Amino acid sequence: MRDLLAVNNLRTNFYTYRGVVKALNGVDLNIGPEEFFGLVGETGCGKSVTALSVLRLIEEPGRIEAGEVLFDGRDLLKLREEEMETIRGKDISMIFQEPKTALNPVLKVGFQIAEAISKAYNMNLREASEKVEEVLREVEMADPSKVAEKYPHELSGGMAQRVLIGMALSTEPKLLIADEPTSSLDVSVQAQIMRLINTLLEKRKTSVLLITHNLGLVAENCSRVGVMYAGNLVECADVKTIFADPAHPYAQGLLGAIKMRGERGKLSTIKGLVPDLVNPPSGCRFHPRCQHAEKICREKQPRSVTLGSGHSVSCFLFDGA
Amino acid sequence: MKSLPGLSSRVERWKREHSSQIDDVKYTLYLWKRSPLSMIGLVVVAALVLVAFLAPYLAPYDPIEQNLSDRLLPPSREYIFGTDTLGRDILSRVLYGSRITLEIGIIITLIGGSIGTLLGIVAGYLGGKVDELLMRVTDMFFAFPRLILALAFAAALGPSLMNMIVAISVVDWPIYARLARAQALSAKREDYVEAARAIGAGTWRIIFSHILPVCISPIVVQVTLRLGDVILTAAGLGFLGLGAQPPTPEWGVMVSDGRNFIMNEWWIATFPGLAIMLVVLGFNLLGDGIRDIMDPRLRR
Repeated sequence: MRDLLAVNNLRTNFYTYRGVVKALNGVDLNIGPEEFFGLVGETGCGKSVTALSVLRLIEEPGRIEAGEVLFDGRDLLKLREEEMETIRGKDISMIFQEPKTALNPVLKVGFQIAEAISKAYNMNLREASEKVEEVLREVEMADPSKVAEKYPHELSGGMAQRVLIGMALSTEPKLLIADEPTSSLDVSVQAQIMRLINTLLEKRKTSVLLITHNLGLVAENCSRVGVMYAGNLVECADVKTIFADPAHPYAQGLLGAIKMRGERGKLSTIKGLVPDLVNPPSGCRFHPRCQHAEKICREKQPRSVTLGSGHSVSCFLFDGA
Repeated sequence: MKSLPGLSSRVERWKREHSSQIDDVKYTLYLWKRSPLSMIGLVVVAALVLVAFLAPYLAPYDPIEQNLSDRLLPPSREYIFGTDTLGRDILSRVLYGSRITLEIGIIITLIGGSIGTLLGIVAGYLGGKVDELLMRVTDMFFAFPRLILALAFAAALGPSLMNMIVAISVVDWPIYARLARAQALSAKREDYVEAARAIGAGTWRIIFSHILPVCISPIVVQVTLRLGDVILTAAGLGFLGLGAQPPTPEWGVMVSDGRNFIMNEWWIATFPGLAIMLVVLGFNLLGDGIRDIMDPRLRR
């Protein structure tokens, strides 16, 4: 089965006053059709940059330096900007962390939805606004016609996120990128939002790239998981393997830092700090914090090794050669 | 009469659906009432608009027709503001002059405001070379005193009302451009612009349907603040003979007409001068009031 999205050796840099921030250091990522893929990692490890690079929404002073983003077999990095505009929203949609700031405060909600639809299907605004109520009803809004007439500040965070989800899925995209869609919402609303996303996805054949640092969310929703550390995808496996048998020392540390139900005792922590990406550690970027670090880890960057079906890890512990 | 209950229930429903907007308007009116100066400004501007519309009905005489037997008469019951060198009634001319003043103010702020806003937003959103070029052009405009520059443009184009409007618009747009650029710069970093790009909106769609609406309210405030200034500049150019031409009853031109008679026939220059002062003051008070009321820190 061909992958819907295949990211190969993606490198994105930010040129700042302090120096070049190598935010993505050769990321490889594959998402199959109808797959719910979770991307986890600490703050600043490059999860969001990966998502924005896929959509080519990286702004100055950032630049995508190398790599491929194959979507349906086409390299998005080679398309012209106008072609990219037809892909965004229509083929790949995105929802954001702060739903209330992702809506324009001076425009009515209904208008913003209609605009997204009209753009994706090339229809005029009046035709598109006829579909707005349908979109809002689908995201379980109590009074769709009334909500359409509201301004974003009149909505709660949960409602705003529903609007954005409705907007993102109204165009029947093949891939939905959800960048921490529930981080700014309270826990009960989080659950509702995730249930809503799942319900809507069942009807469609949409793949999801879920970016989060909430491992509970990953365990409940995702079929496959990628763990990112300092601009690298260090481990990628199906969700059971990641939770039961993580291979990479960082993934082990990350999962050791959460508690399963009924577990007791101290939480384990990963020693040290997230590295400075202007001057990243040589070799494997995790080696200064790794218990198993050896000489080779300081000198060479580990390559990706396949352990089992769909389970790959970038660590010399598993690289027999 | 049977349709009335239906109508009133529809009104009720409208009120219910728009309750938050209605509350907002009520709150605005409340703030407005607490600021006596902006009320005065509002009254003056409203009076100007009313007079401009009703000038033909209010004016006792024709503003242009000469009556040489009644030259240079002081204010009296017959000629409340007196008459000028050609025997024209000054009151009628001042009343008609309100039309020209209002016209000039509106046209100039429309032209200057829309060109400035558009260029400013484009510069701010696109950034880079476009921004650099447009902003250096505005710098050049800011390097000259506005009145002098308007004078130069008006003189170069030749004296006429239309040319004066063009001249003032040309020196006025950079103010709006600067403001709109600043707004666009802050708006383009907002998440909703990134979100709009993520759903595939192109540059122009973002500029017109996302950045422009956000920029409108400070621009409107600026327009009301600038109106007084624009009217004063226009009157100044009229006074110097570079604006409206006689016998047009334009206030600046009228003050200029009366300047040689100021010692003995003081009323010729005084009444149009007072009109200018009153209107400019009114617009400034109104502009200040609107700015304060739009200020979010004062609102909440």
